[in-house]
Amino acid sequence: MTNLLRTLPALALLAATLLAGCSTPQPWVQPYERERLADPIMQFSRDSLAEKHRDHVYTVREGGRGATGVQGGGCGCN
Amino acid sequence: MLRRIGAALGSLGAGLAALLGHGAARAVDLPADTAEAMVHIYDGGGVKAVGPALLIRKNIADTVSLSGTYYVDLVSNASIDVVTTASAYHEMRNELSLSLAYATRDSLITLGGSHSQEPDYVANSFSVDVSQEILSGLSTISLGFTRGQDQVGMHDNPSFSDSASHWQYRVGGSLILSPRWVASANLEAIADDGYLGSPYRLARVFGSFIHENNPRTRSSRAVKFRVIGDVGEAGARSAVHAEYRYFWDNWAIRANTLEAGYTRYLGDAFLVDGFGRYNHQTKALFYSDNAPTETTYFSRNRQLGTFNSMSLGAHLSWNAANVPGKYDVKLHGSWEIVRFDYQDFTDIRTGKPYAFTGHVVQLYMTASF
Repeated sequence: MTNLLRTLPALALLAATLLAGCSTPQPWVQPYERERLADPIMQFSRDSLAEKHRDHVYTVREGGRGATGVQGGGCGCN
Repeated sequence: MLRRIGAALGSLGAGLAALLGHGAARAVDLPADTAEAMVHIYDGGGVKAVGPALLIRKNIADTVSLSGTYYVDLVSNASIDVVTTASAYHEMRNELSLSLAYATRDSLITLGGSHSQEPDYVANSFSVDVSQEILSGLSTISLGFTRGQDQVGMHDNPSFSDSASHWQYRVGGSLILSPRWVASANLEAIADDGYLGSPYRLARVFGSFIHENNPRTRSSRAVKFRVIGDVGEAGARSAVHAEYRYFWDNWAIRANTLEAGYTRYLGDAFLVDGFGRYNHQTKALFYSDNAPTETTYFSRNRQLGTFNSMSLGAHLSWNAANVPGKYDVKLHGSWEIVRFDYQDFTDIRTGKPYAFTGHVVQLYMTASF
């Protein structure tokens, strides 16, 4: 365990060096190619209240919950 | 203190961006100034929940956005649990949420709080979310945490009082795959501690009804993958989306949820959506329609049983007013039919497996300014 702790900084330095040596990934979609992506139909969630209501309808009736991509959360649902 | 946390989180994001070689100064977009007003309706299985909801989001200065949400549920409950073991009731739930988003370089830091109150249940929560654009805006990664604290009471028993605590941890990422396709993945872990059932709900053991007894802790995980793509051609913009969620917890519930939809403009004024959803879950270890043995924990909460749920819905938006650069107003209507089929929950009035069909309706207005 002590050896592992001693080698961690060296491993971290090695990883940082390797990462620094990597070439920077070039954007595969240029800004001028993103016009279609900016359209509202390309959003996972368009309207906050509608999304919140629908999420609430299912959360109070099903056992599954979470990973909705909605920030915040925490409703009083008994 | 919050400022220090914000600065630290911002530095963390900036450091990550620098590590990935994209530390050039470019500001992330704040959420747009918007107002939403909605009437929501749920009607199914003897439960009607209707109410108004309002949201206002406004940027102040160039880096801060404030938002407030007020949400009301007027519930009339005559569900199968209620009509077979108790009396129908009406109640109102009010929820107020406030949030503050702060943009710094390529990071967006959001602090939020909410307060929900109904006569026998009060829930408070506080959340922190951080998102960071990387790879020249081709990807966004996000981290979030919510801490919730609930007070549980009973209408007709003022001596009953209990509490529940919740911890939610989430991480996510989205990635632009091509000029037409975007994908995302989210993971959320939730831990609960305290009173996790309903003081009114009855379980059935050896044919007799007694109050349910749920474990006082629960730990769950969920992963969700989504993809959305532009499939339109010139002059006919349209998109498809699909998502899948897998859920599992230490109560032995497993759930698979699939959803898909198609969105299309009809001229310049209308936008129409069609969507479907399928969910299947298996029951909790301690769930039983009629327990044949006496165990420490037992519940007949059909939310924890084995069932399928399916839905089909449609959404129509109308671009009612649009002054470019100033404001636009849209009117929306959405209708979703939901079907629940329970495999191990008997309707004791008929002796058959219980099933019901419900309707989810939303009528609302959104305005950007």
